[in-house]
Amino acid sequence: MAAVSTRDIVKKFDDVRAVDGISLTVPDGEFMVLLGPSGCGKTTFLRIICGLEQQTSGDLLIGGNIVNDIPPRARGVAMMFQSYGLYPHYTVRKNIAFPLRTQRVPTAEIEKKVAWASQLFGIGHLLDRRPRQLSGGERQRVALARALVREPTALLLDEPLSNLDAKLRASARQEIKQFQQRVGVTTIYVTHDQVEAMGMGDRIAVIDHGQVRQIGTPSEIYDDPADRFVATFVGTPPMNIVARNGGYLGFRPENFLPKDMIKDAAFTEFNFRVDRSEYLGSERIVYGALSGFDQKQVITAKLPPAHVADEWIRPGEWHSFAVRDHALRHFDQDGKRTSRH
Amino acid sequence: MAVITAPAEPVVRPVSRFRFVLDRRGVLGSIFIAPAILYVLLLVGVPFLLALYYSVSAYTLYDPSWRFVGLGNFEQIVRNPVFLETLGNTFLFTFGSQLLGLIMGKFGALLLLRPFPGRRIVRALIILPWVVPIALATIAWQWMFDSLYSVINWTLIAFGIVTRENAPNWLGTPSLAMLCIIIVNAWRFFPFAIVIFLAGITAVPQDVIDAATVDGAGFWRRNYQIILPMILPIVAIGLIFGIVFTFTDLSIVFLLTKGGPGEATSVLGFEGFQVGIVSGDVAQGAAISLFMLPVLLVVVIGMLRFIRRREI
Repeated sequence: MAAVSTRDIVKKFDDVRAVDGISLTVPDGEFMVLLGPSGCGKTTFLRIICGLEQQTSGDLLIGGNIVNDIPPRARGVAMMFQSYGLYPHYTVRKNIAFPLRTQRVPTAEIEKKVAWASQLFGIGHLLDRRPRQLSGGERQRVALARALVREPTALLLDEPLSNLDAKLRASARQEIKQFQQRVGVTTIYVTHDQVEAMGMGDRIAVIDHGQVRQIGTPSEIYDDPADRFVATFVGTPPMNIVARNGGYLGFRPENFLPKDMIKDAAFTEFNFRVDRSEYLGSERIVYGALSGFDQKQVITAKLPPAHVADEWIRPGEWHSFAVRDHALRHFDQDGKRTSRH
Repeated sequence: MAVITAPAEPVVRPVSRFRFVLDRRGVLGSIFIAPAILYVLLLVGVPFLLALYYSVSAYTLYDPSWRFVGLGNFEQIVRNPVFLETLGNTFLFTFGSQLLGLIMGKFGALLLLRPFPGRRIVRALIILPWVVPIALATIAWQWMFDSLYSVINWTLIAFGIVTRENAPNWLGTPSLAMLCIIIVNAWRFFPFAIVIFLAGITAVPQDVIDAATVDGAGFWRRNYQIILPMILPIVAIGLIFGIVFTFTDLSIVFLLTKGGPGEATSVLGFEGFQVGIVSGDVAQGAAISLFMLPVLLVVVIGMLRFIRRREI
């Protein structure tokens, strides 16, 4: 187990800067999530850490040592791939044993470690099967067991849940997090799914166009986004952003409330034209526009539980809505966060 | 207001039951498949049955009698030491050239996998040995192996590896002649092997190869513990083709060595042709050729079973 850090990593494919200067430090044992839209360079960055790609410039440190020129097999990093990359011609037992065999671990030791890893993931009864005889969830556990069996310096996960159905995904999320905590391995987890990022990460690095936009705990990312990109990428529905005074004003849909509900604090009032209303069972989302602002800009409001069932807000009506002042976020004209403008 | 009228008269009128006979899947399918079945029956089935009959008869060109002699022909050829040598040669020729071709194919495929300038041209050129008519190619090889004008020997002499006096007589020495026909056949087979290996290797998911790399496998381990076992079923199919074609082939031997020196490079196909057609002993020739059948049957069934077991 070791800390992983990068200094100004750049990766160019011809003229495209897939990774554009990422500096990141993941302390020993931390669960770091790299969150970003597809094509933002997060997977390339992960492949640089494990050595499958060579960075164009910048330094990579594992456990404090620069490993730029060390081949993948000597880095001691384990990676789990989106499609798991299990060896189809090997049994589960041989799959898990493979990373140990490449390290020339003695056979007796291999047996012990395979038993340990398979017991950790509850796959002891599957050891003699081939990957194609396993379900999606079982394959994922085998892939995790294979990654962890040699006690890697760091565990890299590349969108590991995207091949699972929605139901399995929720339980797999919890399992991965539990294993990570039990084993205490430094983990870098790549995803484009903010639910995974928010739910699992100790910290999240939001990445766009090969650059880190913000690093922080899930609540920092959500409550105090560093710029407009982070504000609109994280959150469903995303933060409302409106232009004002040469800058931008942002507020989360759940903070955009009917005015008469706010009695305890200073607030800013908006006149809200309702265009559409969606009832989603546990919540109601209302879409519309603000008077005095761009009419084409769709503003969303997530009504609090007490108002979900009511139908007092109807399309075509104007209502008085407001946001508590401390829930307003200000951005300058470049989209960077400012305290006030 | 719409007025509801009586339902229209049914449009289907009684027609002959054969009017739409071509619309029936079974009928149309049979018509389409019939030429292929006829082709196989007439051009493969009939000659095969004919050969079966010849092999148990005393039929020769000079005495076309259909007298039944049982397994007499087979008894005779099995006792003939020339035939046994031919059988051995056939195995050596087949498996030697397949092995050499596979090794060349594997390395060729690895070289052609990585992009480099001019790769498409090289890929096209490398197919040449396979598509050039065998007669043409063999004539070129004959000159290269010629006792006087061999460019191979000239090169060896120029580099001082051999002297003019003890330069190898490629087609005149029994073991070298065997090596020559193996080389020519491997040269013919290796583009096919490259295609098979390329198809196999590109079908291996990149994630699996990457996983092996991260798991600590270097180039050789990746190739021989991950990629090769995964593409083995595909390679085996290619090998079955190679074995069947080589085992039954007579063209290279016929053009290059005529089975010589002595019987050193005689193979089953060539021997069957010599005895059955050239010498006119059709019955013996048929019996010699039919020897290939059980051998190939065992090899092919064995390999197909192996493939089925390895399927992943």
